[in-house]
Amino acid sequence: MTSGWQMVIGLEVHCELKTATKLFCGCPNVFGDEPNTNVCPNCLGLPGSLPVLNQQAVELAMAIGTALHCEIKPSTFHRKNYFYPDQAKDYQISQYDEPLNVNGHLDLPDGFRVGIERAHMEEDTGKTSHAGASGRIHGADYSLVDYNRSGVPLVEIVSDPDMRTADQARAYVTELRAILVASGASDGKMEEGSMRVDANVSVRTAADAPFGTRCEIKNLNSVRSLGRAIEYEAQRQIALIESGEAVVQQTRHWDEGAGRTEALRSKEDAYDYRYFLEPDLVPLVPDAEWIRAVGDTLGMMPAERRARLVGLLEESGGATDAQRDQITTVVDLGLDDLVVEAVAGGVGSGLALARTANEAATDADAARALDPKSYLELLMLEAGGLLSATQAKAVLAELFVRGGGDPAAIARDKGFEAMSEDSLAATVAVAVDGHPDEWGRYCAGDDKLAGFFTGLVMKATKGQANGKAVAAELARLRG
Amino acid sequence: MAGPARLTREDVAHVADLARLHLSEGELDLFTGQLASVLDHAADVASLDLAGVEPTAHAMAVTNVLRLDEPAPCLDRGEVLGQAPSVEDHRFRVPRILGEAP
Repeated sequence: MTSGWQMVIGLEVHCELKTATKLFCGCPNVFGDEPNTNVCPNCLGLPGSLPVLNQQAVELAMAIGTALHCEIKPSTFHRKNYFYPDQAKDYQISQYDEPLNVNGHLDLPDGFRVGIERAHMEEDTGKTSHAGASGRIHGADYSLVDYNRSGVPLVEIVSDPDMRTADQARAYVTELRAILVASGASDGKMEEGSMRVDANVSVRTAADAPFGTRCEIKNLNSVRSLGRAIEYEAQRQIALIESGEAVVQQTRHWDEGAGRTEALRSKEDAYDYRYFLEPDLVPLVPDAEWIRAVGDTLGMMPAERRARLVGLLEESGGATDAQRDQITTVVDLGLDDLVVEAVAGGVGSGLALARTANEAATDADAARALDPKSYLELLMLEAGGLLSATQAKAVLAELFVRGGGDPAAIARDKGFEAMSEDSLAATVAVAVDGHPDEWGRYCAGDDKLAGFFTGLVMKATKGQANGKAVAAELARLRG
Repeated sequence: MAGPARLTREDVAHVADLARLHLSEGELDLFTGQLASVLDHAADVASLDLAGVEPTAHAMAVTNVLRLDEPAPCLDRGEVLGQAPSVEDHRFRVPRILGEAP
């Protein structure tokens, strides 16, 4: 940042809710289907159709409000009127002066608190594409509209203008995304548009000076774009002011290729939306019991999940900076349960974390779908020295392809191991006899030592033992 | 009489513009008068003494009308697009849009 200047940043994040159906009708809420296949009279704005609010969308919106420490209040829906073909009915149903969630906050990982002004419900618009030589809106000959997305439930989360650097803005979006995913409200896929960010940016010369004139930046499709666009926009405004000109309040479009923002419209032609109360919907009034029930379904939030993994690394002397990055990755991708279960099963926390952050993370969808037991078995094979790191990665890739399975069997299929079940019991007995202290602790209920013994047996049999069979034998001996 | 300032010709021109209605000078004069008397009628309510009367947010005192998140059948795409004046690539083809979405 140019010395002598401070940025002021507020963010508006639109998040598509992970429901089965749209906000006001029963059309499927699915990304990527054939155009105009998920449409009905309601989302096509046909006369006589009436909206009916989706209960699951409401509960996910309340979950977001809870996760962001908002007050959840009685709310109403309004019509926001405008002529643009992305809504067939010429208005968008949104919450206006009585939003569902207000006055919350989000804490960044470094402890900086960003206020949340509101998080309200509204419907998404259809998708327009512009035909013609440029592919852009300017110079297009005509436009094409797909209404599959029209009516998909959204929550718009509006922050207070609390952020002062592009890094804070990036951290906010990253943390918010993690919260949205953890709360089950969204898949957080910025690349599919299920999370979209607009940034309000202004500059001022001192931290206690009044806010400067702001510009709103649209078309920010990644956390990286967000940071670049904010830096660019702040520099543009500083240059204007330093050359004696004034910043004009306007909406600007981020051009990722050119690395700059361009004016879309100024405040003089700001839209007059003529909001009025949606007459076809009744007020939404969540009572305390409903709010509590939704809160009870909320899982652990990312900050707590990160702390849990940091705790697992305490045994090995605490998390290094690199491991903290791995922890962030694993929690962002929702893979931390895999690490926790692997460590509970006896895998070292460092290995479990590294394998999850580096390999499982390459296909997070497949990893989340994986049976944690299969993952544990794979890591035990590697921990026991029966599979090299390279082999373990190959087996994991195959587990992803097959959607699960027995890692030992896959390793055998790949010719990594020649497993047999000969003298398993005897080998287990030798391992137990040789380590009476550990056996005593295992018998006393320290289940983590099952991993220790499995590792010994794996080592002794050069991978011929089956992890599940060893576990079963250990459990049998313990009685 | 209590109530908002009387409707001007500029107000009517602005509202017509928002609704994409192209009004002639004569129509502007005509509708300014007509719309003003409609609003005057509504303004009569504002002149009533409503102290102690509860606001009515909705004709029926009903809240939380919800449906389960269960898919319902959609319309047939061929039938839907068959109603449209212009279609391309299974999408509605619409005139060139000036400016980005609001």
